[in-house]
Amino acid sequence: MTDQQAPGRKQASERTKLIRAGLRRRHLNEQIFRVLGIVAICAALGFVALLFTDVMRKGIPAFHQASLHLTVTFDPAIIKVDPEPVQEAGQSDADYNAVLLKWQRNVAMLNWNKVIAAAMTEAAPAGFEISSKDILTIPETNARHVVREAFVADPSLLGQSKDFSLLASANVDNWVKGNIDRDLPDARQQLSAPVRDLVDILVDNGAITQDFAWGLFTNVDSRAAPASAGLAGAFMGSLYMMLVVICLAVPIGVASAIYLEEFAPKSRLTDLIEVNINNLAAVPSIVFGLLGAAVFINYFHLPLSAPLVGGLVLTLMTLPTIIIATRAALQAVSPALRQAALGLGASRTQMVFHHVLPVTFPSILTATIIGVAQALGETAPLLLIGMNAFVASIPGSPMDQATALPVQIFLWQGNENRNFFEARTSAAIMVLLGMMILLNAVAIFLRTRLERRA
Amino acid sequence: MNSLIIAGLLLVLLGLAYQTGWSKSRALATAPINGVKVHSRPQYHGALVAIWTLVPALIILGLWAWLGQGITRAYIISQLPTDILAGFDQSGLNAAVQRIGALASDYGVAGDIAPYEQSAADALRSFQFITFLAIVAAAAGTAIVALLVARARINARLRARNTVEVVVTGLLMFCSAVAIMTTVGIVVSLLTEAIRFFSFINPVDYFFGTVWNPKFSTTETLDYGSYGLLPLLTGTLWVATIASLVAVPIGLMTAIYLSQYAPRRMRAIIKPVIEILAGIPTIVYGFFALVTVGPFLAGLGDMVGLDISATSALTAGLVMGIMIIPFISSLSDDILNQVPLAMRDGSYGLGATQSETIRNVLLPAALPGIVGAFLLAVSRAIGETMIVVLAAGNSPVLRGTPLEPISTITVSIVNQLTGDTDFAGPQSLVAFALGLTLFVMTLLLNIVALYIVRRFREQYE
Repeated sequence: MTDQQAPGRKQASERTKLIRAGLRRRHLNEQIFRVLGIVAICAALGFVALLFTDVMRKGIPAFHQASLHLTVTFDPAIIKVDPEPVQEAGQSDADYNAVLLKWQRNVAMLNWNKVIAAAMTEAAPAGFEISSKDILTIPETNARHVVREAFVADPSLLGQSKDFSLLASANVDNWVKGNIDRDLPDARQQLSAPVRDLVDILVDNGAITQDFAWGLFTNVDSRAAPASAGLAGAFMGSLYMMLVVICLAVPIGVASAIYLEEFAPKSRLTDLIEVNINNLAAVPSIVFGLLGAAVFINYFHLPLSAPLVGGLVLTLMTLPTIIIATRAALQAVSPALRQAALGLGASRTQMVFHHVLPVTFPSILTATIIGVAQALGETAPLLLIGMNAFVASIPGSPMDQATALPVQIFLWQGNENRNFFEARTSAAIMVLLGMMILLNAVAIFLRTRLERRA
Repeated sequence: MNSLIIAGLLLVLLGLAYQTGWSKSRALATAPINGVKVHSRPQYHGALVAIWTLVPALIILGLWAWLGQGITRAYIISQLPTDILAGFDQSGLNAAVQRIGALASDYGVAGDIAPYEQSAADALRSFQFITFLAIVAAAAGTAIVALLVARARINARLRARNTVEVVVTGLLMFCSAVAIMTTVGIVVSLLTEAIRFFSFINPVDYFFGTVWNPKFSTTETLDYGSYGLLPLLTGTLWVATIASLVAVPIGLMTAIYLSQYAPRRMRAIIKPVIEILAGIPTIVYGFFALVTVGPFLAGLGDMVGLDISATSALTAGLVMGIMIIPFISSLSDDILNQVPLAMRDGSYGLGATQSETIRNVLLPAALPGIVGAFLLAVSRAIGETMIVVLAAGNSPVLRGTPLEPISTITVSIVNQLTGDTDFAGPQSLVAFALGLTLFVMTLLLNIVALYIVRRFREQYE
């Protein structure tokens, strides 16, 4: 027995050794696998963090902009203009308006640049040598409009002085923020040497400060005066588009989901509709842009660049999202509710509209908000219907020319004034992301709050 | 302005009609004639009268919207003096009609205004005013007549609810047809414009051409340039391939770790954070790629002695890969969770470690679903536009390396159609041929993906 046992025991111990070795290998593999998983998660989270910090790091500086604090003297020697006309007794309104317009035209024709240049020279330290052409590169080119408006609003300023806060030009902003290498040779600098020196002096004595860039939110896009370019026009364009999307996509989407889920007979046709909707949800967004260009603009002759057309295109894109979400919400309603309503003598329509739909309201609301948030960030289809045109006014109606927030980002990133607009673009992205996060937060808040009550 | 007046009028009429039906029904219910109970509730009677009022008015307005333009045109032509009319060819006539229309609407026209144009415009203005009044009067009149008829028809036995419900169902049905109409619209518009494109360019040259060089030349030279699809197709495939090389390992491992290893709390926090990636607008990714990733890759290439362009297939693909991580991870997560627990526990019972179970049992079982998720993500990558517009470099040349600028189908659609909606030449029409190609490619991928996912799901039910 012992003779036979010995080799067996030996075999067994060898096997155990083998298994032990194998086990070590297998456990090592297990560890590697786990670490790989953690690495993958860290990579994904890292991308999120990287994206956000990158955009923030670039964008936050753009929320502050170099502003110039100037005392402007309305020197009668430069502003040679009659006093503002007063409506005389017996003068008709039309006559008075004509006179007033003529006066305003005269005011507009004055050389306001000279006024600004004088104020700038005043601000410079005594004896500082600088040409008036150079000195005008410090304030933004629209500064003269600001001063002029102030004078038109209050002509009694003639001969007096007033303090103004004006935007400094984009180049000065870059210089102050240090976006430009200060050691570059003169030929490659945007600003001439005396201007750079003067700007440094003005920063030191507090005439140029970094103020919050309200213009970013209140101004429209501008080409002539880049430092005053803002998002107001794009924001209104986006708002109009979202209005169109909400007014069209929600009723149509909910209605078609109700029909498919509650009324439609199970037939070839409804199967077709269902497959169709699932496919539409996966069609690339740019194809919707092609549809918009061919049908809405080329066939129906709707205006180019109008938020209405953009809204229509985005509506078609958002519809599948809303339909699918609403159907899921309807499916989740317990059959007992339906049967109870039917049992008490409600018709099918009454059952749906009085009992089932109110229960699904929170889910539909959240789906709608998420769909609208998606539409808000969409760019590609809008390029094809001309919403990337340069528009320098706030659209007054959905039929006016406009652009949208993401399209504004696209336009700004392509601006040749890179140093300045890279930060602007990031700031605009922060605004857009902020709105998306806000919308999603509202959706999550509503879902948790309303669903608990239901 | 006019449409606002009409809409306001319609709303007032509707309110009036609803109120009429409602109050008549209330009267019936409170003072029953012969003891007959009223069939429907007052709001149904109100709605029915409102429908009755709305429909004839809408028909008249719709007819005018359909025929009005033709009638106005005929009127303008009738106002032109015959000797001038004889001097016009078709396009000259159209131009004249347009000029008179612009004159009448006070938009102003270029050039001098001939006396006959002015008189025609004046006549047109009064004609437009009179027809507007006539149409509004006709619509309002028939609506009021219909309202009175409907009111007279209200009695206790009238099955108002049933009729209203039929109308509501009809409306619902119409709304669900919008999805079909959208698809039909897409297919028809893409097809017709693409066919027009192929009347200029031979389809063989398009599908198998290796040179993409559209020329915005005048029509006189008849030299349209070359429209070869292959450079764009390879560019698209490069980007999609790189994107999936980034997204598949990261997405899949994330899904595996989150569904198999991670504690519930950790999963509840990490999953939504990763899904943020799917909600970020693509223009933001494009900017990120252009400003941060591209220069970083170029610098990296310099360090290791590789010549990488800042805008290249690699940049665009990498960033697009980040974008589609959540598609892969979410879908794979769902699919892994669908594999029956018994299979997993069986594997544990045989002594397999967790990773061995995942690799040898769960993944093979979930493979078809994961392949489906992968295909969906690839179709997303193929159709994605803004990232490649910004970061791929737009250089439509056949290339064997992803380190250089490329161009994709979507980029070319944007380039060919932006700011140009005069679909006269192949330069802009090619966008529709490209769109059709893209549509068919993504559609096929989606169908295959859905088929695989569905078939797989049935296995364990």
